Amino acid sequence: MSAKYIHLINDKDNVAVVIKDLPEGAKFDIFNESYIAKSFIPFGHKVAIANIKKGEDVIKYGEVIGVATEDINIGDHVHVHNVKGMRA
Amino acid sequence: MKKEVKSVKLYGYKRPDGLFGIRNYLLIIPTVICANEVARRIANNIPGAKVIPHQHGCAQLEPDAAQTFRTLAGFGLNPNVGGAVVVGLGCETVQAVELAEKIKSSGKPVHYLVIQESGGFVSSVEKGTELGKEIYKQIKDLQREEMKFEDLMIGLECGGSDTTSGISANPALGAASDLFVKEGATTVLSETTELIGAEHILERRAINEEVALKLDEIVKRMEKRVLDMGVSITGANPSPGNIRGGLTTIEEKSLGCIYKAGTSIVKEVVEYAERPKQKGLVIMDTPGNDIESISGMIAGGCQLCIFTTGLGTPTGSPIAPVIKVCGNDENYKKVSDFIDINAGLIINGSKTVEEIAGMIYNMAVEVINGKQTKCEILGVEEFSINRIGPTL
Repeated sequence: MSAKYIHLINDKDNVAVVIKDLPEGAKFDIFNESYIAKSFIPFGHKVAIANIKKGEDVIKYGEVIGVATEDINIGDHVHVHNVKGMRA
Repeated sequence: MKKEVKSVKLYGYKRPDGLFGIRNYLLIIPTVICANEVARRIANNIPGAKVIPHQHGCAQLEPDAAQTFRTLAGFGLNPNVGGAVVVGLGCETVQAVELAEKIKSSGKPVHYLVIQESGGFVSSVEKGTELGKEIYKQIKDLQREEMKFEDLMIGLECGGSDTTSGISANPALGAASDLFVKEGATTVLSETTELIGAEHILERRAINEEVALKLDEIVKRMEKRVLDMGVSITGANPSPGNIRGGLTTIEEKSLGCIYKAGTSIVKEVVEYAERPKQKGLVIMDTPGNDIESISGMIAGGCQLCIFTTGLGTPTGSPIAPVIKVCGNDENYKKVSDFIDINAGLIINGSKTVEEIAGMIYNMAVEVINGKQTKCEILGVEEFSINRIGPTL
């Protein structure tokens, strides 16, 4: 059995938490589907598990944590380079 | 989860005011810092007596004096306390007779003494010891009776957090909190500083507009207090360390923290050390400081606290058990002598959030019924009162 790389907190989420350093090109599973990490994503960071268009909500804990500042694809690292918060 | 959770019965000590304690302590309460040492010596002379030394009780502005009074009275009124001796100096703001009267309104046995009227240090200790032993005799043979989940108030706290807190320990505690609320218990979310950035989400979960407005008010008040000192609380939030750890926005950071309160409806927002009137999930205005926050919730009536951590901290309370849940498996191994539950097993994949929530629930039931937490066994007993303004 391959090591578990990601943890989905809430079924509504479009990002999952990396719980073991995810190497570029590594395969990870979600809802019985396999995806490929587009870049190295470290432990504690987020990976997209759905395509998120620029301006759409990024959802973790079942709540909106920010808005995509560019188009995000499944397997992308989701962080300050492509998401901004809605509070000043 | 159903597999993990058995049908349970809870047993506690019924107090004259109808509340149920899950511990049965004699509490020695100094009204002011100047009475700490006399109070400590009295507690040392009586087996099982607890004491809450503190820095307050005099040279305080009115809002602080009132908060000190409310916290000390709250400890005496907490149902884990069977009776109390209040030790005053004499000339302080928080007067022993008033504090004793307030606690006595519960019907519990309470005595007080004033050092300046008791013939000196040694005779104050002797007199206080006699008064304490007299109360101890009245409460020591009390037996537990069946209590309900409705009689239970649980404080939720996190401290010494790390990247894992929002992934493992807090979601597991949140699921456990929802379980307790469903059974009729009250759980208390605190730490106003950690709500900033997610208050709009909690406000949507408020039962009515009044509760939402009060929540907004305590968050704005906390932000203003910080701004008044010439610094910003949101300026560098999430911090560079948070961002390195993978946190992207302040909403995400605060959500990770409030996730320990699950998804229940927010029924009420109360002031520091104020007793909630509603059952269910309640928010108390406390600072993020662990000891001040836990002390506020216990003063508000919590008989038990459940504390999530990533790095580990030995925090405990003199009168209420604190269950520690560590979200990081590696750190758990480093500090396991003061951690009760390893939620890090969620991260290595060997347990689910629901399974750990079930473990928290089951352990809480055992602790309510008398099992000691690691911090109780170690005797970790900290107490601190949140301070608002300057010392005069």
